Amino acid sequence: MRRASRPGCSNDAPRLRHGTLEMIELRNLEKTYGETRALKGVSFSISKGEILGLLGPNGAGKTTAMKIVVGYLLPTAGSATVAGLDVVSHPLEVQRKIGYLPENAPLYLDMLAQEHLEFMADMRGLDAATRRRRLPQVVEECGISHVLTRPIGQLSKGYRQRVGLAAAILHDPEILILDEPTTGLDPNQIVEVRQLIRRMGKTKTVVLSTHILPEVEATCDRVVILIDGRVRADATLGQITRSRVQVVTLATRDPGGTRDELSRLEGVAGVEASDRGEGYTTYRLELRGDGEIGEVVSDLARGRGWRLRELKRDDRSLEQVFRELTESTAEAVA
Amino acid sequence: MSANGGSARAPSPVRAVAVRELRAYFDSPIAYVFLTVFAGTALFTFFNLQAFFTRGVADLRGLFAPLPLLMILLVPALTMRLWAEEQKQGTLEVLLTLPVRDIQLVAGKFVASWILLACGLALTLALPISVSFVGKLDWGPVVGGYLGALLLGAAYLAVGQFLSATTENQILAFILGLVVCLGLYGIGSESFAGLFSDRTAAVLRAIGTGARFESVARGVVDLRDLIYYASLCVFFLAGSVMAVRARRWT
Repeated sequence: MRRASRPGCSNDAPRLRHGTLEMIELRNLEKTYGETRALKGVSFSISKGEILGLLGPNGAGKTTAMKIVVGYLLPTAGSATVAGLDVVSHPLEVQRKIGYLPENAPLYLDMLAQEHLEFMADMRGLDAATRRRRLPQVVEECGISHVLTRPIGQLSKGYRQRVGLAAAILHDPEILILDEPTTGLDPNQIVEVRQLIRRMGKTKTVVLSTHILPEVEATCDRVVILIDGRVRADATLGQITRSRVQVVTLATRDPGGTRDELSRLEGVAGVEASDRGEGYTTYRLELRGDGEIGEVVSDLARGRGWRLRELKRDDRSLEQVFRELTESTAEAVA
Repeated sequence: MSANGGSARAPSPVRAVAVRELRAYFDSPIAYVFLTVFAGTALFTFFNLQAFFTRGVADLRGLFAPLPLLMILLVPALTMRLWAEEQKQGTLEVLLTLPVRDIQLVAGKFVASWILLACGLALTLALPISVSFVGKLDWGPVVGGYLGALLLGAAYLAVGQFLSATTENQILAFILGLVVCLGLYGIGSESFAGLFSDRTAAVLRAIGTGARFESVARGVVDLRDLIYYASLCVFFLAGSVMAVRARRWT
């Protein structure tokens, strides 16, 4: 499925109610706890079949936004819709469509894993046939068959997380909302849970929150970065990490002239040169847009007989982007 | 996707919650301690404090008279964990994000606690049965007494659940439950109502749960008393639903 790229998000067009791409839509969502404004007007949407990573430092409002979508908290202002249904006026319909794994996977510790799953099946009103079909399926998918008859209180964090996940997907929901699904897991378990999420993302719309950046890189199609209760970035991973700097390292007899020639290329706003020794010079080309310029540069180099050693896009890591955004927010506050 | 509704459905959420709560009671010492203390104290006061043998009357006044106080002491211990525990374990978030109405959750928890209380009362059935062997027992007041006790207990359970839903701390929920139930009992008692003018006293007696139960214990079961207990129960259960709902606003 091709996903529409939507870097911005504030001026969303109205969506059709049925059969459209938007599964979840948040519009100017605000939430105030006492004096604390946890969400200060958050808007973004999630398309059907998308895996969205909700990123942000602790206390940025990720959990609050998710809790509103699943109907656990009521928004102070703004609206949230799931499949066109308002979460405040149609909570039960919305909750039927969603599988939710809260942070730390809270479970009834006194129950056996099996009992917990059966309780959830009862609460969701699954009929006998569905139950017979789904229970073995989710047990298999989450790899918990050998802990079914153990009290949840005795299970490790990793298994609790998986039991929680199994309970969340029991009713085969269209939407899966996972709040920090891999915290407290060991590296092997993290890989397993990520694979599980990716597998489920093939058929479901998934929102997962995390503050672990590689997690997003490993699982998500799109990223929304929340900082201090506001959306600071909303784009695909490629867009978000893409920089507008092209790095070219080459050797010519006339570095100054080369520089001028490079700066005359279409789409180049400026060029910065630095001597790399051995006759090589590194040029950093500041680009005007997101366009690709690598081929043009290499054609030019071939035509001029320059010896090209390095040609790369100076893409940033998600970590860098994240740090830049958090720091700029901190500066703005200070 | 299966159809919603229909008769061939899995157990209702109310039943699922009730079964889960009952299992939680019986998996922990709470149920056993409650049943033992409840039945034990009821028997002890019946034979010792209420002097069944010296009175020489084959009735169960000695069983019913101390029941309100006994329930006031023990019921908050049953209800204090109902919501506070969900809050502590974090499972409240699981419950409240299921496609289930708050009233169904409150009802399920109430039913579970009521069944446990009924079990306690059932244990005391040994008394009327043995008394009926000793003398000629009039079963009418006994049935009425048990009915009254069940309804009064239901009202206390509802109070207790309401306080568990409004506080996050179990101990606080227990103490508040004790205080509120005792208050409801005390304002109608002679020693308190007697301090006021006849008119005020009549009102206090009407509000108080204690004074009403005195007549129940004597074997006089007035429908108005039962309706009063039932409405008290409904009132506090509605309060519990609102307290649960209010959490979504915080």
